[in-house]
Amino acid sequence: MTALLDVRDLHTHFFTRDGVAKAVDGISFSLQRGEILGLVGESGSGKSVTGFSILGLVDAPGRVVSGQVLFDGEDVVTAGEGTLRHLRGKRIAMIFQDPMMTLNPVLRIDTQMIEAVQAHEKVSRKEALARAREALVAVGISSPDERLESYPHQFSGGMRQRVAIAIALLHKPDLIIADEPTTALDVTIQAQILAEVQKLCADSGTALIWITHDLAVVSGLADRLAVMYAGRIIEEGTTAEVIGRPLHPYTKGLIGSVPQGKRHGTTLTQIRGMTPPLLDLPKGCKFRPRCPRADDQCLTEPPLGPVAGGRRVRCVHPHLEDQEDAVLS
Amino acid sequence: MTDQSVASELELVGNPATVRIDSPITRVAKEFVEDRIAIAGLILIVAIAFVAIAAPWIAPQDPYDLAQLSILDGGLPPGAESMTGQTYWLGTDQQGRDMLSGIMYGLRISLLVAAVSLGLAITIGVVVGVAAAYFGGKLDSFIMRIVDLQLSFPAILIALILLALLGRGVDKVILALVIVQWAYYARTVRSSAIVERRKDYIDAARCLALSHRRIMFRHLLPNCVPPLIVVATVQIAQAIALEATLSFLGVGVPITEPSLGLLIANGYDYLLSGRYWVSLFPGIALVLTIVAINVVGDRLRDVLNPRLST
Repeated sequence: MTALLDVRDLHTHFFTRDGVAKAVDGISFSLQRGEILGLVGESGSGKSVTGFSILGLVDAPGRVVSGQVLFDGEDVVTAGEGTLRHLRGKRIAMIFQDPMMTLNPVLRIDTQMIEAVQAHEKVSRKEALARAREALVAVGISSPDERLESYPHQFSGGMRQRVAIAIALLHKPDLIIADEPTTALDVTIQAQILAEVQKLCADSGTALIWITHDLAVVSGLADRLAVMYAGRIIEEGTTAEVIGRPLHPYTKGLIGSVPQGKRHGTTLTQIRGMTPPLLDLPKGCKFRPRCPRADDQCLTEPPLGPVAGGRRVRCVHPHLEDQEDAVLS
Repeated sequence: MTDQSVASELELVGNPATVRIDSPITRVAKEFVEDRIAIAGLILIVAIAFVAIAAPWIAPQDPYDLAQLSILDGGLPPGAESMTGQTYWLGTDQQGRDMLSGIMYGLRISLLVAAVSLGLAITIGVVVGVAAAYFGGKLDSFIMRIVDLQLSFPAILIALILLALLGRGVDKVILALVIVQWAYYARTVRSSAIVERRKDYIDAARCLALSHRRIMFRHLLPNCVPPLIVVATVQIAQAIALEATLSFLGVGVPITEPSLGLLIANGYDYLLSGRYWVSLFPGIALVLTIVAINVVGDRLRDVLNPRLST
């Protein structure tokens, strides 16, 4: 079976006055139907730009410089605007970070949802409205008729995000790209939304790319994880493996900085320093200046090499010894 | 998720059917009426507009029907009676034309010119401004440089040159006013649209593959309306004043369709020879109209700009 989405060596660069910012610098991954991929990384690591590149919505001064994004066998990068319009919203939907901003404040919910339906299908208003109502029920919104007649400002953040998800689901897309959709929400609402999305994806067989900086969120949701750093994927594998036995020092650091109840009283491990500015990346491995294991070998950048068990890691000194410990214990 | 958790969330948010949240228009209207001067201005505008529209039916005389005029009534002071027993409350001009009727008909022309030019200029300005902000890049630079170029010349200068080339006529004055004014609207709309353009809901709309036209005019434009209303009220007062100026200078509307500016110009020669009323009353009508519009415009600016309200 061919993959639903196959990203091959994608480069998206931003041509700014101060130089070329390589926001996405050669990433490859693929996604099967119904699979949930967690794309993890700090701010500025290129996660969101990856999402926009897949939809062909990178704004100037940014541009996809090279690489392929094969969606169902078709290259999105070289596709014309007509093909892209057919994909957007219909086969690939997107959910954004801030639900306060993604709904138009001056239009009623029904107007916005009907518009979304009619953008791709020639159906009557009435039929579109019925579809909208159905989608709202699916995301757990009660009294959908009243909700449809409301304006976004009458909703709480969680409700708005539900509406945004409902809009994304209107056309039963093959792929949903969710760009930190729960970051702006309370933890309790976050948990509800997560459960909801997981259920919806399982029911409809929709593949999902969940972009986040929060490992705790994706650890319970994603089938596979890809960790990004400075525009590259530095580690990829199944969620259980990446979380349980991280290979890259950066991944290990990330996991170490998540507060956990059972480690009460101990200081959290921190990753030294800051994400390097994209215009001034260090030579060799991009994580080298912050890495506790770095030495002279790290001055040449390692490739994203395969490790046992279908995992890939971009590191000269991966934490393989933990792997052995785990096998022994 | 269980139904219970949904229900509890709903309670926190409040049911839209029970908690009445005012629509933006209701809120603006409520705040607007808190200022008495603004209400007075609004009433005055409505009254002036009514007089202008209803002039042919309520004016005591048709000032441009020569059969109704008598040269013997020429130059009568305010309050004088004609030979037929009619009272000229605001006097007559040198042709025996009732000034009150003249002002009513003059308002009609003045407001017509201002309203039509406003409508056309807003339409052009909005389309151009939203397109510039939405598409950005070279189109934006090109349009905004034209706007800059135009705004760097005084409006009266451009209008004078145009009318000198085109000749007189109501349609030509309207054309000149549109050409002078569209740039203000284009700049206003573009500056607020460029802010809205960067917001996520526009990206979301693009992700849904809505058409460019739909995103521009249904999503972008309604969010740019408040500053546009303020600029429009200021600009319509400007348009009335500019038309009066052009007519006063003799390049505006033709003598057969006199506006307030032309009435003022007619009496200008007699202003210092005792017949003050021929210029004074049309002048007062003009000032009242412009002041009323500006008062309302100021109040609108206050209630539409959340940063100014406390």
